[in-house]
Amino acid sequence: MERDSDLQLDPSSESVAAQVSRRAFLKAFGGGIFILFVAGDLPRLVEMSEALAARPELPTDFNAFLRIGEDGRVACYTGKIEMGQGVVTSLAQMMADELDVSLDSVDMVMGETELCPYDMGTWGSLTTRAFGPHLRAAAAEGRQVLLELASDQLKKPVNQLSVENGVVFDRSNRNVSVTYAQLAKGKQIARHASGKVPLKTPDQFKIMGRSITRRDAPVKVTGEAKYAADIQLPEMLYARILRPPSHAATLVDVDVSGAEQIEGVKVVRDGDLIAVLHRYPDVANDALAKIKARYNTPPSKLDENTIFDHLVSAAPEGEVVSKSGSLDRARQESTTLFENTYLDGYKAHAPMEPHAAVAHIEGDRVTVWPSSQNPFGVKEEVARALGMSAENVHVISPFVGGGFGGKSRNQQTVEAARLAKLTGKPVQVAWTRAEEFFFDSFRPAAVVKIKSGLDAKGHIHYWDYDVYFAGARGADHFYSIPNHRTVSRSAAWGAQGPHPFATGPWRAPGNNTNTFARESQIDVMAAKAGIDPVEFRLQHLADEKMKRVLKAAADKFGWKPMKTPSGRGFGVACGIDAGTWVATMAEVAVDKDSGKVTVKRVVCAQDMGLVINPEGATIQVEGCITMGLGYALKEDIRFKGGAVLDLNFDTYEIPRFSWLPRIETVLIDNPHSDPQGGGEPAIVTMGGVIANAIFDAVGARVLQMPMTPGRVRQAMRAG
Amino acid sequence: MRELVRFRLNGKPATLDVDSDRTLLWALRIDLQLTGTKYGCGESYCGACTVLVDNRAERSCQIRVKDVQNKDVVTIEGLAENGKLHPLQQAFVDHDALQCGYCTSGMILNAYALLKTNPTPSQAQIVAGMDDNLCRCGAHKRIIEAIQTAAREMKGS
Repeated sequence: MERDSDLQLDPSSESVAAQVSRRAFLKAFGGGIFILFVAGDLPRLVEMSEALAARPELPTDFNAFLRIGEDGRVACYTGKIEMGQGVVTSLAQMMADELDVSLDSVDMVMGETELCPYDMGTWGSLTTRAFGPHLRAAAAEGRQVLLELASDQLKKPVNQLSVENGVVFDRSNRNVSVTYAQLAKGKQIARHASGKVPLKTPDQFKIMGRSITRRDAPVKVTGEAKYAADIQLPEMLYARILRPPSHAATLVDVDVSGAEQIEGVKVVRDGDLIAVLHRYPDVANDALAKIKARYNTPPSKLDENTIFDHLVSAAPEGEVVSKSGSLDRARQESTTLFENTYLDGYKAHAPMEPHAAVAHIEGDRVTVWPSSQNPFGVKEEVARALGMSAENVHVISPFVGGGFGGKSRNQQTVEAARLAKLTGKPVQVAWTRAEEFFFDSFRPAAVVKIKSGLDAKGHIHYWDYDVYFAGARGADHFYSIPNHRTVSRSAAWGAQGPHPFATGPWRAPGNNTNTFARESQIDVMAAKAGIDPVEFRLQHLADEKMKRVLKAAADKFGWKPMKTPSGRGFGVACGIDAGTWVATMAEVAVDKDSGKVTVKRVVCAQDMGLVINPEGATIQVEGCITMGLGYALKEDIRFKGGAVLDLNFDTYEIPRFSWLPRIETVLIDNPHSDPQGGGEPAIVTMGGVIANAIFDAVGARVLQMPMTPGRVRQAMRAG
Repeated sequence: MRELVRFRLNGKPATLDVDSDRTLLWALRIDLQLTGTKYGCGESYCGACTVLVDNRAERSCQIRVKDVQNKDVVTIEGLAENGKLHPLQQAFVDHDALQCGYCTSGMILNAYALLKTNPTPSQAQIVAGMDDNLCRCGAHKRIIEAIQTAAREMKGS
């Protein structure tokens, strides 16, 4: 191997330390051509360098790389993970296309902390839009390196060479050729992506922009795909952990003798962690049931009905998200004023896979297999919990059975690691469904107060928007309103704050609540002005992209302008999330006796820039619409004094086949704009579009999600 | 109680010498190392643990090892034959009828049982037959389409 001389190919000047750490890191990989790249923006890099400061053994000058191997296979190594969103396919498409190799020759190595450089977690619909362009640039750079090597070998100028399926050939004589595998053979070349090699333009795409079925589907339909709880090691013990009855409860005393009498059961107590372990989870479960524990539970008046007043009174100072004009004057000048308070309850993530993790300690090293959106966060947390150096923690990411923002905290992995240390055996912690509900970091309950006004011509003149606890994402409006202010009052996600339990990001965090409130209020004003709600929106939109998306949805839906309520049950809502513009239309039927809402049809148009995998993007839209039916119509965590009352799917109902409307998706053709988020945007409009369709059906304005039959009946009586 | 239970598993004779009150779910996953059958809710609400017992869809979290004595059990690992995917599996792949994949084993086996009793179901019959199997990613539309395709493929077989 010609390591050192080849390394000089690298154009960047760098410190000796950086070279040493990089060489050490790459040593494990053997031969091949490596393109190192940085994916992400500055804040991320700062965070990354802080996280890495204590660990000089890891390279800090790149956070992903791709490798063209000596066998001609191409691999991307990244700390991102696959949890159903399909990036294992879309990222491979980008890389294959820029490198001119077949999709079959591409591997994605994800979330493996020994192989992949540091990355923050997988969230925010960032994988395609923030990571993708850097991956493409690195792949284009790789192609350039290979062309230069081929030029040397074939004694032909680069501009006379072309590539197809990983074979470089002379355009004037195709027999003069060399494969990527041959070029990579016996070499170890590492180069930083310079970002100077041009990317392919859409007319040159062969694999991007095409619909490709999921590359992970074959292992998922045969049961071969491994999730965290599927990892089974020799001598592994299954743990069940004593849990409090409520988030406010403190343990008074505990008697574990009953559990200790069961053969083969280990009982472990370490501070707050009391666990029983056995070779079988059912025996561990029986043992747990024998533990007698008394708790002190302070009284609390908080429940799913009283929470909203509590939140408003506990709200911190607001942060002005946007502001223009004069609110006081505008209020005076408005001829019709509107004031509404919108409410949204707590929602569970409820992925089908409950949190699970396996931990195995060997000597001073620990290996963990977590269900996590954040493998490098796991590395840090496990190291802290065990008092060991992070370099001794190896995280292997199995498939994740749904995350939606809920698998960003790593409690179960820390529990497994602690128990592995205490017992000296490999340990699996797999939460029951009840634990999954109890320890979820719920989408926060939230309140939105909107005051708005129309002028004499029926234009929105005044908009005063205050959101409590949903967060600022999606709070700002995109309509032309001369006098407006948007304020967000929120607490940080996590265990602290005024909520009775942990809260956290939930698919398009904040935006579902904000879009429900904003789009409802817009409709309230359109109805009062006597203008069709699509027409009313178009009158207030200067944003050409949103106009185009809204018109595309209206065309597909066959929207005919009418004043609301028209009795048709048609609704519209617009939203922006993760760089993607969305307009959704729905048709609902409302049973006037029961108040039950049936969503019959949903049309969603979205502009997400360049679409890497149209089929994959469409599936994400369908998933958003289907999942969105749940928070809009049914999902609401009931609780009392810190005890979560909904602990399984019997009372916490999520969307089913029988709820499914006819779904149609329109992806706006916009291939010259950068690709944007796809896993979240289309869910944000579901509350608003259904609320507006309900109003159009029966003239009842429902101001609280979920829009249960009871709330619809109540709104009908009020309306 | 520990007892010897004999049954057929994925077309082959199998025996389990374990606590026969153990749920079939844990016996499959731990004693037999067949982890394609998933724990989702433990109380029969979600269907992730669905297996076939004498061609009927059963929730393996609710049945005991002793319940399958002399019966024919099929798990997701037993559906493909000689390396060839079953038409339902193939249709799930072709329609992208899954995202995270955690509910998929249960979906496919529940659909298998549905098509056994009704080889030409209407869309409404598919919806009714699948309604108690939960999916959080929202792959429902694709799953229905995959089952329709598989039903056409399987006609006459």
